[in-house]
Amino acid sequence: MISLTDILTLLPESFLTLAICALLLIDLFLKPAQRSVTHYLAIIVLAVTGWLVLQHFGEPTAFGGMFVRDGIAAVLKVFVLLTTALVFVYARPYLRDRSLFVGEYYVLCLFAVLGMMLLVSAGNLVMIYLGLELLALSSYALVALNRDSPLSSEAAMKYFVLGALASGMLLYGMSMIYGAAGSLDLNTIHAVAATSTQRGLLLFGVVFVVVGIAFKFGAAPFHMWLPDVYQGAPTAVTVFIGSAPKLAAFGMAYRLLESGLDGLGGYWQLMLALLAVLSLAIGNIAAIMQSNLKRMLAYSTISHVGFLFLGLVNGQPEGYAAAMFYAISYALTAAAAFGIILLLSRAGFEAEEISDYKGLGQRAPWYAFLMALIMFSLAGVPPLFGFFGKLLVLKAVAVPGTLWLAVVGAVFAIIGIYYYLRVVKVMYFDEPDGEAVIAGPADAPMRAVLSVNALALLVLGLTWGPLYGWCAQAFGIVR
Amino acid sequence: MFANWPLLSLLIWLPILGAIPVLLAGDKRADLARRIALAVAAATFLVSLVMLSAFNHGIADAAARGAADPGLFKNMQLQENLLWIETLSVRYHLGVDGISVALVLLTTFTSVLVVILGWGSVEKKVAQYMAAMLVLEGLMIGVFCALDALLFYVFFEGMLIPMFILIGVWGGARRVYATLKFFIYTFFGSIFMLIGLLYLYFKTGTFELAELAKVGLSAKEQAWLFFAFLIAFAVKVPMWPVHTWLPDAHVEAPTGGSVVLAAIMLKIGGYGFIRFSLPIVPDASMEYAWLVIAMSLIAVVYVGYVALVQEDMKKLIAYSSIAHMGFVTLGVFISLALARSGNASGAAVGIQGAMVQMISHGFISGAMFASVGVLYDRMHTRMIRDYGGVVNTMPRFATLFVLFAMANCGLPGTSGFVGEFWVILAAFQHNPLVGALAAFTLIIGAAYTLWLVKRVIFGEVANEQVAALEDMNGRETLVLATLAVAVLLLGLWPQPLGNLMDAPIAELVKHIVISKGA
Repeated sequence: MISLTDILTLLPESFLTLAICALLLIDLFLKPAQRSVTHYLAIIVLAVTGWLVLQHFGEPTAFGGMFVRDGIAAVLKVFVLLTTALVFVYARPYLRDRSLFVGEYYVLCLFAVLGMMLLVSAGNLVMIYLGLELLALSSYALVALNRDSPLSSEAAMKYFVLGALASGMLLYGMSMIYGAAGSLDLNTIHAVAATSTQRGLLLFGVVFVVVGIAFKFGAAPFHMWLPDVYQGAPTAVTVFIGSAPKLAAFGMAYRLLESGLDGLGGYWQLMLALLAVLSLAIGNIAAIMQSNLKRMLAYSTISHVGFLFLGLVNGQPEGYAAAMFYAISYALTAAAAFGIILLLSRAGFEAEEISDYKGLGQRAPWYAFLMALIMFSLAGVPPLFGFFGKLLVLKAVAVPGTLWLAVVGAVFAIIGIYYYLRVVKVMYFDEPDGEAVIAGPADAPMRAVLSVNALALLVLGLTWGPLYGWCAQAFGIVR
Repeated sequence: MFANWPLLSLLIWLPILGAIPVLLAGDKRADLARRIALAVAAATFLVSLVMLSAFNHGIADAAARGAADPGLFKNMQLQENLLWIETLSVRYHLGVDGISVALVLLTTFTSVLVVILGWGSVEKKVAQYMAAMLVLEGLMIGVFCALDALLFYVFFEGMLIPMFILIGVWGGARRVYATLKFFIYTFFGSIFMLIGLLYLYFKTGTFELAELAKVGLSAKEQAWLFFAFLIAFAVKVPMWPVHTWLPDAHVEAPTGGSVVLAAIMLKIGGYGFIRFSLPIVPDASMEYAWLVIAMSLIAVVYVGYVALVQEDMKKLIAYSSIAHMGFVTLGVFISLALARSGNASGAAVGIQGAMVQMISHGFISGAMFASVGVLYDRMHTRMIRDYGGVVNTMPRFATLFVLFAMANCGLPGTSGFVGEFWVILAAFQHNPLVGALAAFTLIIGAAYTLWLVKRVIFGEVANEQVAALEDMNGRETLVLATLAVAVLLLGLWPQPLGNLMDAPIAELVKHIVISKGA
């Protein structure tokens, strides 16, 4: 039976659902010139939801274990909401400039956020699937937002077909697990997986589940969709699907693998290790060849996913905390990176070729500086935020038994340095050609928030202790 | 009276934060930016002098004589110890002993000169240049003060960013190639050290150097860690065969960048061997000492020959730097071998020699690069064949240049002699053949340096450009003369520097003879 406490436990999600519906209605009655109302309302909705997430009411679980409200979910939700708010601020000038400034963008993004919130709180396979599909369907539509662009439509189509395939795989794996465990509840599956001696069917399911997870993350060799989607989607959408969903993907991996299939850790950890190595290799090496910045960042995402997986392979709380920290640092950095692309682009000029950044150090010293911070952070150079994410995941694997993974990670981090530095090189060492002035449509809030976002990479690099403490606490690490 | 001040933090953060007003002054108000930069650098130098006065030789001496061995890194002075990252117990732990004090002073001293040097030779984006220099200075001081391995690593790697920009923006024609090579090479070296440190963290649960020096490690663990450290520091020193980034970086770097690179950054490699390799993995260091000694001898002899055939002045000095830094690694690892064979006094002489060599090389190579910069600013070429007979038009410059050249060959009375002599002395005690090979450098060093002097300074005036040269202006004279005084002072009276470092070296020698096998 649904009780009042269940509703109370789900209050943030319930609020968000109602708010989305309200927003959809309000947007109907707004003239195009008043669209900013939707924009600000959407940000307020995110803020209120975030506040609700942080409140301590309700129970740890709701609906008979379908929904889990724990520290891990709280951390992930807060950063999903924060990243999405950043995305909204960055996207507005871009959208307005291209007559894409429509209510659907906000509604779809918010639905995706709702999907992510359910996903990271899932205590049941059905919940995982529902959350995931809500996220995925919204994302497909978002990629196709600019329907006049053939590139965009192609990307959306590709994303949809491959995404559906992956969902099918995941669902198939889930059905196997259900067959073996006789339940969809993750706790029950956990108990069965830990004790069962007949593991054939379960393992069969695990393989498909891992494939599904790898696809959603964009881990090699299931990464094919990612560069095309990143490049094809309008940048205002890329900034969204390139940042927040990585947090949700981590949540999904954690729920499925740790909460559900912990007992088979030996098997899926090896799979993740292989996926990590492949992702690191393919992501880093393919990124070197790219001349399109969005595509380069897409391959760089693949390599970052490889790093994130390194945190998962040992199945230790420290590793999970490190992977979560990594996901947070990546989401914030990626949002800023795409934010810079959005800032520099204007109608008819997407600023997505690396050569577009020639001489940015002279044309716009401040934004070149911010972009340099972002690149050094992605490359993992101390004292920037990205370095500490890498440090933590390397620490998680730099123990006897998986030391080789740390070495592999290190080697590919060195290779990765090259293409990030190339962006810095183009900005600072090359002379500008063509138009010398930046006359993007960016508005003041965007410029300010983007500056704060990028500088935060430096500040958080110096003061990452509390954030990591929060992650560690969520996984029950006390020190 | 200053002993309770957070002097080390001040030393690190004053230049880094001082870069902000320099940047705010902007490239358009270049003179203002230069003045602020000079003020910041000078203030930092003053603080480092205050640190020297607050540094208590007495405590250190007592510890050296000390009845009870308080353990390595326990006699650090002016300590600041704050919790940085609670969950991982990473500490913001700073402290200095005689070795660090010497290197910090070298850094602050050189930085002032570099700022003055940049006054005339840097024309574009002056504020950014000065700011990068100041940030670099702060980070380098941080490296020498850090007592927490992770903090050390952060400074160690963070340094790459300003240097990358310095070479890439203000460098020569092939600057992009050189700076990428520099960055990737050094990053390659250090990331394996990071994994080594993480493994040590796994063993000990801390990054404190004092704890890492104490932890027992099996022979196999030590061997792996030794090579992780070796790659990191060998690239930085740089040792043969991972030295190839240095000539490129030096040639393409602006004068100031070359000076900082040669005078300070290379020292961080040698410092790393003394702070990490020897204390943390003494047994493996001993086991593979032959390897490092061999690599050092190759650097000293072979790279010396390579220097001989260079046509580019900066490249010649870069190769000569590698050869001279070979002495540092040679001294350090010969001392380890000596200490292990029971010859503590010989070991102390070797490390002492390596340290003096580092400081002296800091002055000499800095001066040599600054001298080339003086010529380059006038002629815009570094090729030896474009020069000749400079003494006729630039007598003041020629005088100082010959002095530095003499110091570079290790003439007694200059600082170049002291360190090399002590290292050779230790080398002979270890193995006469090694000693003889090391001593060979005195000949080859003289050959390439004096031949350089002959071709550039002496002889007939080579061409019209040389004939039109003007002698150094006051600013250049000030820089080079200051360095000349330092070279002579250290050569004639090395005792104060020796005294400063006696205690920590004695402690280190005492520590490294104890096997850590577990």
